[in-house]
Amino acid sequence: MKANGSGSPWIISVFILVVFLGGWHLLTLRSPFDVNGKTETQLQMLEFNGDIVRTSEGSYAWNPEKMKGVPGPLAVVEKARVELSEAFVIKGTNDHGIGYLVLYTVLRFAGGFLTASVVAVIVGVFLGLNRVLFRAFNPFIQVLKPISPLAWMPLLLYTVKDPKWTAVLVVFMAAVWPTLATTAFGVSSLKKEYLHVAAILQLSWFKRLYRVILPGAAPTIVNGLRIAFGSALVAVVPAEMLLGELGVGYLSWIEWNNLDIAGVIFAILVVGVVGVILDSGFNKLAGLVTYQE
Amino acid sequence: MSFLLVDHVSKFFPGHAGGGEVCIFKDVTLQVDKGEFVTVIGHSGCGKSTLLNIIAGLETLSEGAVILSGREVSGPGLDRMVVFQNFALMPWMTVFENIALAVRSAYPDWEQAQVVAHVHKYIGLVGLKGAEDKRPIALSGGMKQRVGLARAFSIEPKVLLLDEPFAQIDALTRGVIQEELVQMWNTTRNTVFMVTHDVDEAILLSDRIMLMTNGPASRVAEIVDVTIPRPRSRDSIIEHPHYYKIRNHVIHFLVRHASHGVASAEGGQEESSKVAPLVVRF
Repeated sequence: MKANGSGSPWIISVFILVVFLGGWHLLTLRSPFDVNGKTETQLQMLEFNGDIVRTSEGSYAWNPEKMKGVPGPLAVVEKARVELSEAFVIKGTNDHGIGYLVLYTVLRFAGGFLTASVVAVIVGVFLGLNRVLFRAFNPFIQVLKPISPLAWMPLLLYTVKDPKWTAVLVVFMAAVWPTLATTAFGVSSLKKEYLHVAAILQLSWFKRLYRVILPGAAPTIVNGLRIAFGSALVAVVPAEMLLGELGVGYLSWIEWNNLDIAGVIFAILVVGVVGVILDSGFNKLAGLVTYQE
Repeated sequence: MSFLLVDHVSKFFPGHAGGGEVCIFKDVTLQVDKGEFVTVIGHSGCGKSTLLNIIAGLETLSEGAVILSGREVSGPGLDRMVVFQNFALMPWMTVFENIALAVRSAYPDWEQAQVVAHVHKYIGLVGLKGAEDKRPIALSGGMKQRVGLARAFSIEPKVLLLDEPFAQIDALTRGVIQEELVQMWNTTRNTVFMVTHDVDEAILLSDRIMLMTNGPASRVAEIVDVTIPRPRSRDSIIEHPHYYKIRNHVIHFLVRHASHGVASAEGGQEESSKVAPLVVRF
């Protein structure tokens, strides 16, 4: 018998996927339309409603255009195939291909997140270096941090008067507080000896910042960025839904408005994939600046 | 005038809940000549590390002055480099980068090639050739402190301040590094001020040993001349007739001052602090 913990996790992953897809398929499977026991009037009514269609052989079948219940995996795959084949096609003002939608979301996210990170790290370093300032600002940060970024949206929309920038600002609001709080904490709890060495070596203010303080606090700052990253990613989807800005969050909502449930499921999967791509990019960056003690 | 003069230095910390001040040490006066190796021994909490930090300029003093080659010390500087008890190497920098950071600061006009050669020279001196590109995480405690020593020696400070440098290193390695430090010091003859708990280490390395009484309000009570000729090594030094005399004297002092009762029985601290330290010579 193999020791506990050995073996390939891939086999288990594939097994879980197969079970999930198989179960999904079976649960959403509809038995073929049965004419028996239905009067001619009932059949006419069903056909009039669009529930059933007459096939070329003259019998009746369920109308594939009119979905009932949750669509199965095959319907979602078919939807994905159609969407992906037109990934970079623009059909109308609000009907851009999925490739564009992903691009818009990534750009919106990157803009808000990067701006928030730069602002938060700069302010955080200043607060972390000055105990009095830190303690003066901390109550405000603590109050602002737990506010859902979406709660800012009406106020932001009213003040900037532009949904495009409001969406970016919502991402900014989601990302700025965690990074600010952890940067200030990381800098203020930097080991005293590092600063002592910097002081003895008479490093200039700038050199002290980028050779000692920032790299020393980097692991803590990266942790803050990771939290900010997660909350920004969570915020960007509903921001797009509520503001009607083109993006993957918008896609999910517009498919719901179209009552295209397969489209909704596809949109959910796209959100997941975008999240994974952004997250792995973030982890690569984080690996460059952290160190082990 | 002596090279390094600690002139009637006292240190008070604010007491708890604003209730007056706590005196750490009072009226500490000591003179260190150029090229001399002086060690301070005392129990934990007697303020010896605080004294070292004051000389380094990392902590402020309450009374008195520290004067180095005729100039009053006011803040940290490249002329007084500390070797820290917990190494204080930047964990995000390699061995080379840690030392190079110091060398570039001390010699800002140097060309890159000069810096590289200088760093390699000191890495070689502490026997760390081949470990240049390792980060501190990959080094043992002994190797870390070798980097600390190389960094301190590399900027050729006027005074080297060793703050219990071998306290966190295992006993076997400690002996080896002490021996290496003896050899390095023999070639460079830096002025060194060291703080330690370790009596054998103090005798091996020092010209003079200052004995501090227990805090609060501790003071330098005795100065022991280590009358054992150099060069010294760990093997030969214990054969010297003065070794155990000095060792026993220091240990007796430390045991005597382990309890506050004995210290205050000597006639009150206010009075005793005004008395000049007793010089002991064997």
